[in-house]
Amino acid sequence: ASAMDSNHQSNYKLNKTEKKFLRKQIKARHTLLRHEGIETVSYATQSLVVANGGLGNGVSRNQLLPVLETCGPVDALLMPPNKPYSFVSYKTAEESKKAYVTLNGKEIVDDLGQKIILYFNFVEKAQWKELGLQALPPGLMVVEEIISSEDEKMLLEGINWTEDTGNQNVQKSLKHRRVKHFGYEFHYENNNVDRGKPLPGGLPDICDGILEKWLKKGYIKHKPDQLTVNQYEPGHGIPAHIDTHSAFEDEIVSLSLGSEVVMDFKHPDGITVPVMLPRRSLLVMTGESRYLWTHGITPRKFDTVQASTGHKSGIITSDVGDLTLSKRGIRTSFTFRKVRQTPCNCSYPLVCDSQMKATPPSFPESEREASQLEQEYVHRVYEEIAGHFSSTRHTPWPHVVEFLKALPRGSLVADVGCGNGKYLGINKELYMIGCDRSPSLVDICRERHFQAFICDALAVPIRGGACDACVSVAVIHHFATAERRVAALQELVRLLRPGGKALVYVWAMEQEYNKKKSKYLRENRMSQGKEEEVSSDTPGPELLVEQVPDTGHKEPACRMPSISDFQEGGRNSREVTNSKLPVHTNRTSFHSQDVLVPWHLKGNPGKDKPAEPFGPGGSHDPSAVFHRFYHVFREGELEAACQTLSDVRVLRSYYDQGNWCVILEKV
Amino acid sequence: MKLLTHNLLSSHVRGVGPRGFPLRLQATEVRINPVEFNPEFVARMIPKVEWAALLEAADTVRTLPHARARPEWGGGRGRSHRRPGSLARVGMPRGDLGLCPQLHLVEVPKEPIEGYEHDEKFLRKMHHVLLEVDVLEGTLQCPESGRLFPISRGIPNMLLSDEETET
Repeated sequence: ASAMDSNHQSNYKLNKTEKKFLRKQIKARHTLLRHEGIETVSYATQSLVVANGGLGNGVSRNQLLPVLETCGPVDALLMPPNKPYSFVSYKTAEESKKAYVTLNGKEIVDDLGQKIILYFNFVEKAQWKELGLQALPPGLMVVEEIISSEDEKMLLEGINWTEDTGNQNVQKSLKHRRVKHFGYEFHYENNNVDRGKPLPGGLPDICDGILEKWLKKGYIKHKPDQLTVNQYEPGHGIPAHIDTHSAFEDEIVSLSLGSEVVMDFKHPDGITVPVMLPRRSLLVMTGESRYLWTHGITPRKFDTVQASTGHKSGIITSDVGDLTLSKRGIRTSFTFRKVRQTPCNCSYPLVCDSQMKATPPSFPESEREASQLEQEYVHRVYEEIAGHFSSTRHTPWPHVVEFLKALPRGSLVADVGCGNGKYLGINKELYMIGCDRSPSLVDICRERHFQAFICDALAVPIRGGACDACVSVAVIHHFATAERRVAALQELVRLLRPGGKALVYVWAMEQEYNKKKSKYLRENRMSQGKEEEVSSDTPGPELLVEQVPDTGHKEPACRMPSISDFQEGGRNSREVTNSKLPVHTNRTSFHSQDVLVPWHLKGNPGKDKPAEPFGPGGSHDPSAVFHRFYHVFREGELEAACQTLSDVRVLRSYYDQGNWCVILEKV
Repeated sequence: MKLLTHNLLSSHVRGVGPRGFPLRLQATEVRINPVEFNPEFVARMIPKVEWAALLEAADTVRTLPHARARPEWGGGRGRSHRRPGSLARVGMPRGDLGLCPQLHLVEVPKEPIEGYEHDEKFLRKMHHVLLEVDVLEGTLQCPESGRLFPISRGIPNMLLSDEETET
């Protein structure tokens, strides 16, 4: 009922579409006020807020501006980062009125080809509270145009990506980028180099002249002896990390070739500084920026960049009058580092693996120790790998789906240890609630609009007898003692009403059953002699077992004093006392029931937070490896554990692709 | 957290047992999330609900002076422009600006009425209360021990410390 509305209503009668747009526009106005605190006004001003025309929903400056300019010269276009709206100011109210009338409901196509409809409302003034000016992390420098296009071409052509893995210069095709090492191989398993094993050939000859020049000009002080070449396609990235202190000296430099990119630097206090690394520039990290700040590249196809300075280096400021999107190209980085020969003695002991006391976990002798082992080698790991883990967990296991689909309509079902919630939406006729120990995984459930909460499977906050059914898929094997595994099963049973059913899946020690190899083992066949590539190339989606198909390494990870583990029929899972907890080799048979299973984090934004030091290995680098504790079950062990439970009987037990499974019924 | 979920939750602090139910709800932010009405589904839920607990929870949400309704972005009846798999945009409002519904909680009947299975008015009311009211921020309190559990962004954090679970 505004002056404006009545104004043009009197000019002509609104048709159906126009009415719809008007309705949407009013809705947009309400939402902006309620959600964002942006007050719109009902009279014509020079400025408008453009709902749906924001960087946050994929609209870039160069797409929006021409549309706006059809109504007159644009005085200012403010595009706040990550917001689904922007503000435009025209020279005169006449022009903004024209935009209001003619552009409301205007359809544009965003950078990924999606249709977006714009809605306009007047605002008193186009403004946005600017964040304070940021400074580059201390010790960080970006030198533009450090090499010529000829040298760039030469360097890019000098890298032969097609060589065999048998080649001296170790090459890996990681899931989110290609990597090649010179001088020393960088081991992603422990995020370090083997000082005693330099690679033959050293750094490529073509680098020599370039490095000499940098030394002479003072960009670097020491001559590097290790080179890692990374190639990123648009959409690729690298998780936030600090290069392991004990592995490399202070100075780390990285040359950006082929394309620019925005790299995010994060201080442990939570400050993030996005820095533009232009094509042919050199990033120099020393001191605090090298030792304390993490750096990473968010996997995405577009970066938010400054429109005016274009491809120049520096911080992407929050000057919203000057932001737009930039499409990424293929970027190849040459990162030069000098291998450290003595322990690091930097001033950042909290993130320094040289100065950190390694405290290898001992196998639990008490409830508390078991809980601590799970905390460190299960909960924390899932929390760290949540994003990557979830991205490999799309396909629900067929027999779990079958169980859920066969439940009576209107059943109340709890998924205890629901992970990313892949079963929560399987059967729309059920009311499913999920819970998980990992807040990050539960948050993924929330994003998918599922009912989920955070809790431990040993203490599930659901009233006893409330559930018609429960599922526990790949959860119980993470408990460190037989007592705790039984307690987790009993807790599951507690939730059931009499007659209610529970489905339990645990990982099997026997990955070959009835002369048939599990899918988990079969995925390894092609990897014969090509460990590295498979280790990083095979994604996990269609795998039945909750494992990442990476090749582990057999070095023992930590000491494990003996305990009396679950014993069944005289079988003792652990015969050697005081043995080390072995690290399982992915895609091979199990040799021990209690194992650490490696998870190789791949250039995925696991979690948006500074890298934390992991175990004795120190801060994690590009493709960190995490170890999860597992107790793999022997044939009969799961049923035997279920026999000890009260109020329940085993309806069915079976083997399914490397897992032991039972269906229980509450009596 | 929907009120039906709240109805299933119970405090699990050591030694509390069945006295941990119902968890006292304090809501500071509530959203109404339109859900497609399925009368048979709602009718099946009715006998599973602990009625007194639902009455109390619904009452708390309805009468709390500082609870405020929040519209959902990108929701409503507009087309969704959600881009699956676009990591950078996860959780980011996008697409059409949604409708802004008001918090108009209906009063829950004192008990399920006779023949509710065929009473559409009743079922719609219960549908709204059980499935459409979404508590975004607030707390759950154990009625026995007083332990508070936070609800943040719709997620109750029910994690206990080791001391609270040890038996």
